[in-house]
Amino acid sequence: MIETLILSLLIGVFVGFSAGYLGSIMVLEKMALVGDALSHVALPGLALGILFNFNPFLGAFAFLFASAVIIWHLGRVTKLSFETIVGAMFTLALAIGILIFPEAELLEALFGDIAKVTALDTGVAVVVSIVALFLAKLIYKKLVLSMISEELAVSKGVDVGRINLLYLLLVSVVVAIGIQIVGTLLVGFLVIVPAAAAKNLSADLFKYAILSAIFGATSAFSGILFSSFLNLSPGPLVVISGIIIFVASVVAKWQSQ
Amino acid sequence: MENNKDFVLKVSNLSVRLKDQTILDNVSFELKRGTTLAILGPNGAGKTMLFRTLLNIVPYTGNIEWAEKTKIGYVPQNIAVDEIPISVREFLSFGNHVDVETSLSPVRLDNKNMADKTLSYLSGGELRRVLIAWALADNPNVLLFDEPTTGVDLGSEEPIFVTLKELKEKQKMTLLLITHDIHIVNEYSDYLLALNRCVTFFGESKEIMKPSVQKIIYGEPVCIGALNEER
Repeated sequence: MIETLILSLLIGVFVGFSAGYLGSIMVLEKMALVGDALSHVALPGLALGILFNFNPFLGAFAFLFASAVIIWHLGRVTKLSFETIVGAMFTLALAIGILIFPEAELLEALFGDIAKVTALDTGVAVVVSIVALFLAKLIYKKLVLSMISEELAVSKGVDVGRINLLYLLLVSVVVAIGIQIVGTLLVGFLVIVPAAAAKNLSADLFKYAILSAIFGATSAFSGILFSSFLNLSPGPLVVISGIIIFVASVVAKWQSQ
Repeated sequence: MENNKDFVLKVSNLSVRLKDQTILDNVSFELKRGTTLAILGPNGAGKTMLFRTLLNIVPYTGNIEWAEKTKIGYVPQNIAVDEIPISVREFLSFGNHVDVETSLSPVRLDNKNMADKTLSYLSGGELRRVLIAWALADNPNVLLFDEPTTGVDLGSEEPIFVTLKELKEKQKMTLLLITHDIHIVNEYSDYLLALNRCVTFFGESKEIMKPSVQKIIYGEPVCIGALNEER
């Protein structure tokens, strides 16, 4: 039991940290709902994994990865916003997911379950989080520059389309591994709320990105810890921990004005 | 271009069509090294699109030929910083390896606190000067400047003009300025390109004072009173 808890906390800290860091870009891009909606796209992938007896998180990742590529391509071709395309895709994916998902396991997929976490899951989650963080750090400034002005980014030789695609893929990977802790319905929270709290407290980009990551890790750690003590699903408690941080950031901002 | 070292840019038969709309139509002009070209025209005339094609951001037909070893700096008209918590120091370090305080000096923003200010809290004039500093950090020899005084109050225009003058006279930089301001055309540029999807006038900037040229550009001469008001 203790071993499972330690493994879950490890996954939570690493996934929370990387999701918070990547989410800081999403909040700046005003794509917060994209992060939330994208997580639901994983549901049919999870269902296929359970139905055909392969690792459901591979299915989730495959669906997220494919969705990210489709969203990126449709965005370029149609010039529709990411939010519009993701909105259409996520409702379709959620509908298919609910239809084909074995009912007995649906709740676990939606809200997360730490009881089945293995050492292998933890190792994969930690390594994937570190690689995602490293790659995100490499493209972070370029992404922000392209948000400030696409022309400025291009004038500095930034391939805006390519780094946006890489960013969406990194979000897909982190969301896929975050699902086992928080569940597909709530994993989007880790991408949005820590960054929103950090934005309330930051005047520069470095502080903003670091605080987003720390708040993500703290939310995941404390939520998983309490879920273990209270014997509840981790997802909702991770969300509540994060919301407490967010409310504290709002109060701090309000008092500093 | 290799045979003519005087020219830094030659544009011939440049056209841009987006979604069956002609944005630029058969634009041709040449620009000598170290000169300043003012680009004038009504809203929607294709001025910013011309810059986007010169930066190779949008597809076009025709030919754009930059001289060898041309390094372009670009100052856009608008940037989206309202929602982004980013300091002047962080912004200037994007894509540049510069000493931030040194790079703020040519644009007269060298007070100590400026580098640590949040970009979205700057005044319009300060933001324009930070953008110029960013564009100059890479030591370009050509500067594309979209609307130098947009969003800048009257009192803050002066440092921008002084910077433009220094870039032109001391550094012999080639400047391309998009502007609506006849004062800038007359005072700071050598050549004028009037655009309204196609080129309506190309010649020396002083020509803009001639009623016949104003009639070509604006449809009617600009009244002396209006010109004085602009000054």
